[in-house]
Amino acid sequence: MSDVPSGLKYTREHEWLRQEGDGTVVVGITDHAQHQLGELVYVELPDAGRSLAAGDAMAVVESTKAASDVYAPVAGAIVEVNPALASEPELVNSDPYGRGWLVRLKPAAGSTDGLMDAAAYGALLAADH
Amino acid sequence: MGHRTPLYDEHVAAGARLVEFGGWDMPLQYASALAEHHAVRQGCGIFDVSHMTVVDVMGPDTRPFLRRLLANDIARLREPGQGLYSCMLNDAGGVVDDLIAYWTGDDRFRLVVNAATRSQDLAWLARVADRDDVVLRHRDDLLMIAVQGPAAVALVAPLLPHDAGPDVLALKTFRSLLREDLFVARTGYTGEDGVEVILPVPAGVDLWQRLVAAGATRCGLGARDTLRLEAALNLYGQDMDAGTTPLVSGLAWTVAFDPADRQFRGRAALEQQVAAGITEKLTGLLLEDRGIMRHGQRVLTPAGEGVITSGGFSPTMDRSIALARVPVAAGGPCQVEIRSALKSARLVRPPFVRLGRVLVD
Repeated sequence: MSDVPSGLKYTREHEWLRQEGDGTVVVGITDHAQHQLGELVYVELPDAGRSLAAGDAMAVVESTKAASDVYAPVAGAIVEVNPALASEPELVNSDPYGRGWLVRLKPAAGSTDGLMDAAAYGALLAADH
Repeated sequence: MGHRTPLYDEHVAAGARLVEFGGWDMPLQYASALAEHHAVRQGCGIFDVSHMTVVDVMGPDTRPFLRRLLANDIARLREPGQGLYSCMLNDAGGVVDDLIAYWTGDDRFRLVVNAATRSQDLAWLARVADRDDVVLRHRDDLLMIAVQGPAAVALVAPLLPHDAGPDVLALKTFRSLLREDLFVARTGYTGEDGVEVILPVPAGVDLWQRLVAAGATRCGLGARDTLRLEAALNLYGQDMDAGTTPLVSGLAWTVAFDPADRQFRGRAALEQQVAAGITEKLTGLLLEDRGIMRHGQRVLTPAGEGVITSGGFSPTMDRSIALARVPVAAGGPCQVEIRSALKSARLVRPPFVRLGRVLVD
């Protein structure tokens, strides 16, 4: 069963968000998502400063099998991307909620409303199973 | 639910992630496709390839049938046991499938063709054999295991039935032996040394279990694809298909135009293509920028545009490699369009990796 930490917000596209004290959010893909993708060999991240609408293609994660888009879970501007993934894309597999984070962004006002909590996301995974 | 090989329960018990391939439920990977890849380059990996189609051909017209069926010429084989890689072509010169034909003795051959094309291959064989006095026997009663890697032959030899071990150790590349119901060929699809073993189901399941117990690494289709791409071995349906000829697929060496009077299927179309001038070639591609090249992406060269037929990540080289069909004059630096961004790449002569060594830089 996939790991779904409490305290994070989740999307139907299997991304997680962690709200930081400074008003930014950190975004990654869930344990379920990394498991489905398989071992990642390349992660393409956006440039800092880029503004995104919710649902825009934000990053690309590539496994030995295929390339998959990661969509912006909320509207906002990219503050920072995870520099470690350039040389260690496998961090997304080994530590999806920690060292395998993808981007930090400054969300537009109100844009994080309506995301799922861990219980709701866990129920979604259970229903898909 | 797809077809299942006789080793399906073994794969499930080992925790394999299964994927549909050509109508079969096959292991994509066990724990790690990357680790499986490295196991084959450095030690010994085993693959369930029972989904491949084995057809025994026998009867007085076997040789004339195969000399009409195949673009390569079985008359090149000098002694029983030898194998021949060939395409079989349609009348437009397009590749119906690629296969290995093993001469198993007298008027008998064993063909091993692809899984995904089974029904059309069997139909094509029957059609080409129409007026010949041959028997085509589809051996779906057998199981096939590829044992690959520098340690493979030494590991598998003592585990084989009928005391075949010493003779298997002495087998040369592309040679095979048949001992009662055991068939072993020194062939593979990884660019490493190894054998492919064909045998009846109970003995095959037993061999698989013994190989695992002896330390062989179970490998899935994920590693099979990265290994064959590094070795620049074509994948039917990607690198060539019914719309491309061997002459533009890096397989000109498998077409035997001599003797001139051998009328194999597709010959006239190939001769026309040669007369008109070959305009494309299949070659290797190294990505200089970061990213991963994939099937279908455009290749821009000073000599014109081409397309990636197989692309991916090379675990051995830790960078992206590809096979691409490009204009014959193309070479050296070029660009690849990856998700509408142009990336720097370089055309190189394949293979990329063979017998554990990187051959391009």
